[in-house]
Amino acid sequence: MDMNQYLEVFIEESKEHLQTASEQLLVLEKNPEDLSIVNEIFRSAHTLKGMSATMGYEDLANLTHKMENVLDAIRNCQIILTPEVFDVIFLAVDDLEAMVMSIAEGGDGKRNVSQVVHQLDVIEKGESPVTSSAAEVAATSAVLDREEMTDREYDEFEWTVLQQSNEQGFNSFEITIELRADCLLKAARVFMVFEVLEKSGEVIKSHPPVELLEEEQFDQQFTVTMITKESSEEIQKKIMKVSEVDNIVIHTLDLEGVRHAVNIKEDQIAELANKGIEAEHVMLPSDSTEKKKQQSVKPASSKTIRVNIERLDILMNLFEELVIDRGRLDQISNDLDNQELHETVERMSRITSDLQTIVLNMRMVPVETVFNRFPKMVRQLARDLNKKVELEITGAETELDRTVIDEIGDPLVHLLRNAMDHGIEAPEERLAKGKNEEGEIQLKAYHSGNHVFIEIDDDGAGINKERVLNKALSNGIITKETAATLTDKQIYELIFASGFSTAETISDVSGRGVGLDVVKNTIESLGGSVTIDSKEDEGSIFLIQLPLTLSIISVMLVAIQEEKYAIPLSSIIETAIVKKEDIMSAHNQQVIDFRGKVLPLLFLKDIFEVPASQEEEEFLSVVIVRKGEKLAGLVVDSFIGQLEVVLKSLGNYLTSAFAISGATILGDGQVALIIDCNTLIP
Amino acid sequence: MSQEMKVIVFKIKDKEYAIPVDKVSGIEKLLHITRVPKAAHFVKGVINLRGVITPIIDLRVRFGFEEVEYDDSTRIIIVILDGMEVGLIVDSANDVLDIPLNSIEPQPEVVGQLASEYISGVAKIEKRLLVLINLENALNLEVSENMLKEG
Repeated sequence: MDMNQYLEVFIEESKEHLQTASEQLLVLEKNPEDLSIVNEIFRSAHTLKGMSATMGYEDLANLTHKMENVLDAIRNCQIILTPEVFDVIFLAVDDLEAMVMSIAEGGDGKRNVSQVVHQLDVIEKGESPVTSSAAEVAATSAVLDREEMTDREYDEFEWTVLQQSNEQGFNSFEITIELRADCLLKAARVFMVFEVLEKSGEVIKSHPPVELLEEEQFDQQFTVTMITKESSEEIQKKIMKVSEVDNIVIHTLDLEGVRHAVNIKEDQIAELANKGIEAEHVMLPSDSTEKKKQQSVKPASSKTIRVNIERLDILMNLFEELVIDRGRLDQISNDLDNQELHETVERMSRITSDLQTIVLNMRMVPVETVFNRFPKMVRQLARDLNKKVELEITGAETELDRTVIDEIGDPLVHLLRNAMDHGIEAPEERLAKGKNEEGEIQLKAYHSGNHVFIEIDDDGAGINKERVLNKALSNGIITKETAATLTDKQIYELIFASGFSTAETISDVSGRGVGLDVVKNTIESLGGSVTIDSKEDEGSIFLIQLPLTLSIISVMLVAIQEEKYAIPLSSIIETAIVKKEDIMSAHNQQVIDFRGKVLPLLFLKDIFEVPASQEEEEFLSVVIVRKGEKLAGLVVDSFIGQLEVVLKSLGNYLTSAFAISGATILGDGQVALIIDCNTLIP
Repeated sequence: MSQEMKVIVFKIKDKEYAIPVDKVSGIEKLLHITRVPKAAHFVKGVINLRGVITPIIDLRVRFGFEEVEYDDSTRIIIVILDGMEVGLIVDSANDVLDIPLNSIEPQPEVVGQLASEYISGVAKIEKRLLVLINLENALNLEVSENMLKEG
């Protein structure tokens, strides 16, 4: 069978399942007594196992299998959840992720996982991977569970049936059937086994329940209780005829024993509860099945299909063509002055603008796709750093353009690591400062106007201005003279300068030479900005401002002689008409007085070497733009108007175009260049 | 039978030049060109080619000939190089030819005034002389800087 066509689906789905697994693990860590979460993880692991076995990735299947065993034991209360157990499971998920990534990159998905497998084995045996003190408790519950395995309890009704059939001379058997490990169609085998059994007698009970068996929600083995007139040997022979059955254990049910076992179990539960173990840990099988049922009723999430981003880009390009033609059609209909044509064109315009909204929305992705890997990362990092950190995420549903999403991950990782390494103090230090032992990092995303803001807010030590200044001085980033004039904000900004790192020792968390300047550059290359606010001993706030989408921006269209240029509205403060006499000259720089401030004028006509054809007018049209705190006035010939345009790159050939950040296509099909104010303002 | 190569033939200053057809993605009539400030002198600007911003080079300027007014026969040949599309302005483009590979001779020392860096060979077919363009060099912005210095 050619697997290649399924590979993409496999990779995507595996990623999804791993994501669910790690998300749920984090939830579970907070609520260790909620065993329904274990089921959720178990299901993800199980599906993953099935898929990877089908695709022939054995290492992946094996590791998932081990993990599944441990999870199974957890939900059967065989294993008490300790942080160590979590560590190992997280490690296993990490390994699985690495394997899936390797497959996605065209590798074979092989990986040395012996250590994790060994640790999982150890846990599975009921021992704690690190501490042995917990092992004893685990062992008790293990014994308890094993009892549960051999003598399942029966409810009153089942017990009566068993008792009555016993009186009528039926045999009651408990049959444990083990399927072969490589069995692919387990549900089918289960069905065949049941068919065999139902011909010979009646099945009273199965463990796991039939619904789960049908959904392949079990390992290799399952147990059924049946009543029959036939002997155990006959039954065994019949079942063995079903292929892929590995092993069958049949034992006659001792009705007295069943009753007895139930009593013992109740005693033990009471005993364990006395030992201080929460009774919820020992969940009765019937309870857990109920929970499972509840889970499976959960409404299906909205249906989606995967579309290659390239196709969306093509769609977008075609759509822009359409918009340009619409513009032409509009013009023609105006010239012809035909009522019917008018109406049709009008209608088309409305439909195309609806279409535009949809096409643009298709490229929007919730930031969740980036945020969802952070909780695990923060947890791991907190353990590595021996710090206690709580990550709170809000606004994960905020949507951003796909291109921004793809780029924003790394800078955020860097800032989070930075907050944990340099921001949040060690627990002792926090207690000494009178703070909560557990540090808090808030990751917020929200819309505001045409921008999306992402805020990373920690309640750690804040930025020490003295240290930043000293460091900047010793690294030669600033001089002593400038240091004295800097405002607090400007000092904080220094940590974004290249070649700056305040960590006194280089830890492998942050401060590996790749500084925050990379973060700043990446964000700026996305058309965004990042600012810092900080209070010593109270924490720092990193605020990232990002454009909603990279492909559509609001611009002001201006004319310079015969040429048209677009200036992004995001950098425009306002426009002004200035009299020629008001221009003053200072150090070869023409300036005007703008609300009491000296505003340098930049004549775009000269800067862009526009061929002159018109006479200069008495009044100048000035667009006042800013870069950070600095302002400048761009002198143009006239303002045309404000419009939304599709941002296009100039391509690889003209990378060095001066002060031009891109281009756009106007309604008449012509290209207008977009001015990059950041390079214009020195 | 000798192997053949399909080429697009175009004219600049009444001389015939050729580009292998597999490097050409289309031939366009003159469109509105938007000037790009401070670009290299032979880069005329950019055009909107079906929604893609495409840079345009005037081959006359590139080859060091005098500029002329564009007219009805002026064409833009869109070529693909390293995945990018670039448009070349030529006086006219009107022929697709199969030229036998063995008719191509290595580049001569000098062909007219044209700098030899832009030429990959010369093909003689009957009475026509086709100059094969070395697109890599003709489009390379750095080569041009060196040429200017030498000139």
